[in-house]
Amino acid sequence: MNVKIRIEGLKVSFEGKEILKGLSIDVFKNKITGFMGPAGSGKSTLISVINRMIDFEDNAVVEGKVLIDGQNILGDKIDAVQLRRRVGTVFAVPTPLPRSIYDNIGYGPRLKRGNHRRELRTLVVESLKKAFLWDEVKDRLDTSALKLSGGQQQRLCLARTLALTPEIILLDEPCSGLDPISTAKIEEALDELKKDYTIILVSNNTKQIARITDHAAFFYMGTLIEYGPTEKVFTNPSEKHTEDYIQGKFG
Amino acid sequence: MIKKAFTKEHFVRGVLTAFALSSLLFLFLIFIFILIEGVPLFHKIGLKNIILGFKWAPTKGSFGIFPMIVSSFLVTFGALVIGAPLGLSCAIYLSEYSGKRLKLFLKPALELLAGIPSVVYGFLGVIYIVPIVRNYFGGPGFSLLATSIILGVMILPTVISISFDALVSVPKTYREGSFAMGATKWQTIYKVIIPSASSGILASFILGMGRAIGETMAVIMVAGNALRIPTSILDPLRTLTSNIALELAYATGDHRLGLFSTGVVLLIIIMTLNYIANFAIKRRVIK
Ligand SMILES: Nc1ncnc2c1ncn2[C@@H]1O[C@H](COP(=O)(O)OP(=O)(O)OP(=O)(O)O)[C@@H](O)[C@H]1O
Ligand SMILES: [Mg+2]
Repeated sequence: MNVKIRIEGLKVSFEGKEILKGLSIDVFKNKITGFMGPAGSGKSTLISVINRMIDFEDNAVVEGKVLIDGQNILGDKIDAVQLRRRVGTVFAVPTPLPRSIYDNIGYGPRLKRGNHRRELRTLVVESLKKAFLWDEVKDRLDTSALKLSGGQQQRLCLARTLALTPEIILLDEPCSGLDPISTAKIEEALDELKKDYTIILVSNNTKQIARITDHAAFFYMGTLIEYGPTEKVFTNPSEKHTEDYIQGKFG
Repeated sequence: MIKKAFTKEHFVRGVLTAFALSSLLFLFLIFIFILIEGVPLFHKIGLKNIILGFKWAPTKGSFGIFPMIVSSFLVTFGALVIGAPLGLSCAIYLSEYSGKRLKLFLKPALELLAGIPSVVYGFLGVIYIVPIVRNYFGGPGFSLLATSIILGVMILPTVISISFDALVSVPKTYREGSFAMGATKWQTIYKVIIPSASSGILASFILGMGRAIGETMAVIMVAGNALRIPTSILDPLRTLTSNIALELAYATGDHRLGLFSTGVVLLIIIMTLNYIANFAIKRRVIK
């Protein structure tokens, strides 16, 4: 198994309050890795370090290393804007732009110069198909993305991320506001996608983590409590804490 | 007991309603008054001879205000050319780039700018802008250019505060989505934030125009008040508002009525601008 992301001694604090307390974890290529843990355990903060969205928090201090293919993305030489094309993100709340479906997906590719119209069209169609949304929107690509249902919007956000042709996809509780059918569609899409991408899925739904991830990590108060193959974590956890969480005893 | 409280409620409510309606009544009265005074001359001289007439010689029976209409629009447009880019840039800086502390300082500073009496602007214009225009560009200095500069500054508070409100009300998710797709800050601003705030920004420009076209004192002081259509930006000109303010003190008879006709035209222009601005703002809310 290849390591895609290696995190070493990552510490994050907001105004002196330590939120991530020295995390180290390896995320493997072409696998779905699940992050779980109670509210406030720092999962979203971790995600925002990997995609460098944490740059927008002016009160955050980040220490440690995040290596993607061996290169520290927290280093000075890394352009955060370039990085975000390699590391795509889908947020908990769908964030479509007030544009057409087509233009939402074309937005990322168009930011880079030299994209031809026909190539873009192919890319948009491919991305929609991979996100299992194509059949529902193929006749109305020109209508506003804001008119889609929540579940469709979230798949649009996934499609939009795929159109960036990233290496890594981060999903921060992507199904938290969705009905079971939309959730199933997203899970199906992710299962297809993992052969081409490295996927991190944050979820508070332990059943979802058990269903579709290959590896699972359990965080608590900014530390990594347990990490291993999903089956092992769920059937035979080495920490009592993990077991309690999975059985719904807290959090 | 309950009944008594109820009647008291009614009384308070009635008084408040009366006050509220009285302000509406004032507006209505102003409107009627100007119409009553202004419209008869349109009948007597003819709408076309007033609005499209070139010659303003009220004591000799010529009431053409076309040059003033054109001049009013020219200074308004000039104010926009200077004030809109400046104001919008400032609003973008405030909403997207400046830190919290600067924001806290700049907002009151803007309100102060809005509170400076227009005679002070006119004074500064006469002392600084007019000589600069005269010395560096030529002409008398009292000019379309000088007026546009002064008005451009005067509309800044309107443009900035309304555009700023429009920009900060763009949902955070739009920014996040854009950044997550690898957009730079500037790409996010001009591809997502400005288009989303466009109707509010447009409204700020239109309300700024309303402010510029209605401004009187500062304009009288720097415009030169010549009665003709300017042929260059260095020519002096007279606006509708200046015309009324300059002549009302000594005008009698038809001359006086002519000034009211000028007022009617001004009122209609300003009402139209406000209507358009309201329309733009409403469209934003509905969207
Ligand atoms: N910008 C910020 N400024 C200050 N504190 C913050 C900031 N962002 C996050 N925190 C704090 O960091 C802690 C971890 O937050 P985070 O959002 O990473 O948790 P989470 O595990 O994603 O929780 P949830 O399951 O509720 O999404 C919380 O206590 C939160 O209050
Ligand atoms: Mg979270």
